[in-house]
Amino acid sequence: MNQRRVVVTGLGSVTSLGLDVETYWSNILAGKSGVSDIERIDVSDITAKIAAEIKDFDIEQYMSRRDARRLDRSSQYFWVATKQALEDADISYDEEDPDALRAGVLAGTGIGGVETLEEQVGVLNSQGPRRMSPFGIAKIISNMAGGVASIDFHLYGPNSTTVTACAASANAIGDAAAVIARGAADVMVAGGGEAAITRFAMAGFAQARALSTNNDDPQGASRPFDLNRDGFVMGEGAAVLILEEHERAVARGARIYAEVLGYGMSADGYHITLPRPGGGGAARSMQAAMLDAGLEPSAIDYINAHGTSTPANDKTETAAIKTAFGEEVAYTVPISSTKSMTGHLLGAAGAIESLSCILAIRDGVIPPTINYETPDPECDLDYVPNVKREVPVRTAMTNSFGFGGHNVSLVFGKVD
Amino acid sequence: MERAEIESKMRELLVEELGLDADAISMEARFEEDLEVDSLGVVELLMALEDNFGVQIPDEEAESIGTVGQAVDLVEQKLNG
Repeated sequence: MNQRRVVVTGLGSVTSLGLDVETYWSNILAGKSGVSDIERIDVSDITAKIAAEIKDFDIEQYMSRRDARRLDRSSQYFWVATKQALEDADISYDEEDPDALRAGVLAGTGIGGVETLEEQVGVLNSQGPRRMSPFGIAKIISNMAGGVASIDFHLYGPNSTTVTACAASANAIGDAAAVIARGAADVMVAGGGEAAITRFAMAGFAQARALSTNNDDPQGASRPFDLNRDGFVMGEGAAVLILEEHERAVARGARIYAEVLGYGMSADGYHITLPRPGGGGAARSMQAAMLDAGLEPSAIDYINAHGTSTPANDKTETAAIKTAFGEEVAYTVPISSTKSMTGHLLGAAGAIESLSCILAIRDGVIPPTINYETPDPECDLDYVPNVKREVPVRTAMTNSFGFGGHNVSLVFGKVD
Repeated sequence: MERAEIESKMRELLVEELGLDADAISMEARFEEDLEVDSLGVVELLMALEDNFGVQIPDEEAESIGTVGQAVDLVEQKLNG
């Protein structure tokens, strides 16, 4: 089948490290942590009391209060990132624009409107069904971020949602690129949003023993690949890429950040939350992405790791990189985990980490893994410890692995 | 409760709880056509009326509400019999 090339022409993001892309990126390159004590919810009885919480977000700066109250926080983040990305790409459609029929959305989220779900279950149990919000269901369902984007930004083409937990928005970007490559759309809004700093989600992940309890040192708690890592730190936010068919982007003189070169997927087929020991599943997703890109392991200049800071992920991912890249290349390729700074954005992680790969390519600089102090014998690769590294980046891979054993790898490349 | 008081409280809840534009609200304003209150918004309106005025409005009676003034009528009738 004749595949069309797909490039990235717009970026948007909302994170604890800034409410726009350039603020985020300068903080990431400076090695700043977005983690702090949780303020939004009561965590007095929850073991994990820290997160990369967005403290200064006011949705009413972007839309009316009336519109805002119909959206869960996760969709609000996605909406703002989408607006930024479309503006960055200099793309807008009115209702009658025929091009709008060729523009779509692929949004990813791990647990969608969990904040609204908790709130409404609380109302149901304490006040009864007739006091529940009529917007409750619409706010909770995971596809609403993409649905509302299509309504508000007039995107009438393919529209779907991926819900593969922490791999969700990596799947969204890969799937969106495939939609364009096969000719079903020319422009896709692709990314994800997540807002899971809620009592249910924090307590639930804590009970799964997935979260760091290093509450005394919030900024040092997310320490991927460090021997003393003790779990992931919850993050939140959204990131969106504008994907566009290459010839169209060139014809309209768009700024092209990078090309989507490869998309690989695999399933661990092993355990509901734990990675398969040895990382065989993760290795196959990286290999599939490189095969799709037509690149040898030695041609990958940077890996943005899943790197959650859980004991199991980081050693398994290290083993997987050795399997996928071969021992020789594995020890030379720079690897970093930006989750050391952003926390874990769950379903939005793949999108913000794709964005980081794309900016690494643009600027020729690799973001660091902060809080890397004590080497772990089982994590012995080059994790770009603590300080950014200026080096040309022509290709970058990002990994995203989700509960359920979903493994996704994406490869981006420079366009000359 | 005096009608004027009901009207003023009505305006307040339409702005505060339904997020409507204060300038667009008049007693003649139609919820659906003028204020763009959709079927979900109507449910929210009923909840707000029940909460703010301490009345019960069954769905059948809600169908009589077309304008802001008619909502005031219904509340007034409920409150004052």
